Amino acid sequence: MNIVACVKQVPDTWADKKLLPTTLTLDRESADAVMNELDEYAVEAALRLKEAHGGTVTILTMGPAKATQTVRKALSMGADAAVQVTDDALVGSCVMATARVLAAAIGTIETDVVVFGAEATDARTGVVPALVADLLARPQLTLANTLEVDGTTVRINRLTDSGYDVVEAQLPVVVSVVEKINEPRYPSFKGIMAAKTRPLTTLTLADLGIDPASVGSAGATTAIREYADRPARSGGEIVTDAGDGAAKLAEFLHTRKFL
Amino acid sequence: MAEVLVLVEHTEGDVKKVTLEMLTKARELGEASALFIGAGYDTAAALLAEYGAQKVYVAADPDVASYIGAAAEVLAHVVTTSQPAAVLTSSAAPAREAAARAALRTGGGILTDVVDIEAGFVGRQDVFGGATVVKSAVTAGTPFLCVRPNALSASPAPCESTREDVTVALSEAAKTAKVVERVTEAKSGRPELGEASIVVAGGRGMGSGENFSLVEELADALGAAVGASRAATDAGWYPHQMQVGQTGKTVSPQLYIAVGISGAIQHRAGMQTSKTIVVINKDAESPIFELADFGIVGDLFTVLPALTAEVKARK
Repeated sequence: MNIVACVKQVPDTWADKKLLPTTLTLDRESADAVMNELDEYAVEAALRLKEAHGGTVTILTMGPAKATQTVRKALSMGADAAVQVTDDALVGSCVMATARVLAAAIGTIETDVVVFGAEATDARTGVVPALVADLLARPQLTLANTLEVDGTTVRINRLTDSGYDVVEAQLPVVVSVVEKINEPRYPSFKGIMAAKTRPLTTLTLADLGIDPASVGSAGATTAIREYADRPARSGGEIVTDAGDGAAKLAEFLHTRKFL
Repeated sequence: MAEVLVLVEHTEGDVKKVTLEMLTKARELGEASALFIGAGYDTAAALLAEYGAQKVYVAADPDVASYIGAAAEVLAHVVTTSQPAAVLTSSAAPAREAAARAALRTGGGILTDVVDIEAGFVGRQDVFGGATVVKSAVTAGTPFLCVRPNALSASPAPCESTREDVTVALSEAAKTAKVVERVTEAKSGRPELGEASIVVAGGRGMGSGENFSLVEELADALGAAVGASRAATDAGWYPHQMQVGQTGKTVSPQLYIAVGISGAIQHRAGMQTSKTIVVINKDAESPIFELADFGIVGDLFTVLPALTAEVKARK
């Protein structure tokens, strides 16, 4: 079974994120870059499929040159090979362009299962897996809390607000996984050493036959008109409980008309 | 006036509040219409008319609700045939995914997790964990805006709705991911987390799953939903669906009560646009107090039961 796990390099969750005033894109230099934490679950899910069914795991990313760090981390978890799409024209790409580029890159690899994390923690749109499924005309098995492959049948539990839906499809499929699906492994020392020798293919837009004008800021289907920092909240009343904390809070809720 | 199409968010005809919020905004921006997919239109019809849906497209084919990806095909079809000025859907994941696929197919663009919409369909979003407010527009084709529940207000404006049945011959590709079973986990009887006006959330300080009963008792006294921090769901104390935060649900209730939650960025990203925030935590240094309109530094195991009793006494 050939599996592609898609990963994205994002600013560290703990870092303050800012927009660059010139390009209105995320300032990726000012914050430490890490693998999107939800993608670790995707890599783990891919590795477990390989362990159960054989085959290979290929890591796919789209990002700037330094996204190679994230690719290497995924390789050190145990993936076999990687493909990185890097092109200056991709800066400022919207979800549509991102999905087109990923779908085109997936087209260069023989795949049975494509696995994504449920969303990236920077832009948080959560729609790229569904878009890639659409572009590849493959079943969309997104928001999976469980993932099983039995022969050519893939079954997931898709999380819903009130529980879950059991969804079935035939290979090949596009999957996105939520963070409770597994416990991602830590790279071993052996894995870290091995990752340095695993093949990493770098692709440009030209390699994928994609017009640079159709992606990046130039081809974006959305544009930021204005932005501002949210004013910090302040002036809250903090009391130390001396037996009357609950009564004071109830009074506060009353003045705010919640009681 | 230009038609603004709202994708009805519902469960078997039980219309969710976000639908009414979207219809109210759609009336402000143009003429409101609605697309109802699945079973239960008869249950929903009166409410959609009460909130001003002039026209309701109804796609009742049970196949549409049984296949993931089919709703997108129906939505794309209605957008192509009726050419609305914009489409509004809930930002809940299934609606968001359908909107994205329909936008892709119709050459439009999508804005997710929108908290307000201005003239010209400019959407306001709170990004980077709520630290930055951005106003964006779709610059290609039909704009699709996915609206965060509870962010817009709803008010009725009754009208006569006309029903227009929509039949779409689904493509083979739309019928590949089939829902074979729907499992509803124990119903709590509480409001849905994303739509609730009041949320009481517990974190690491709760200490165990059993202790969440203290949170639930307060929530029930207030008519609130229960949420949990990632620390609490990771520990298995509360279901993942109830996780509030960067990798869980983003909520924006009138009142958010954070109990035993320290306020890591992970959590703040999911709740800091709540209108009023109350904090109960024993550690006065917890960063969550920076967000508090009212905070109690104290032991949640004494404050929570006392507060629940106060609430019950006052109601």
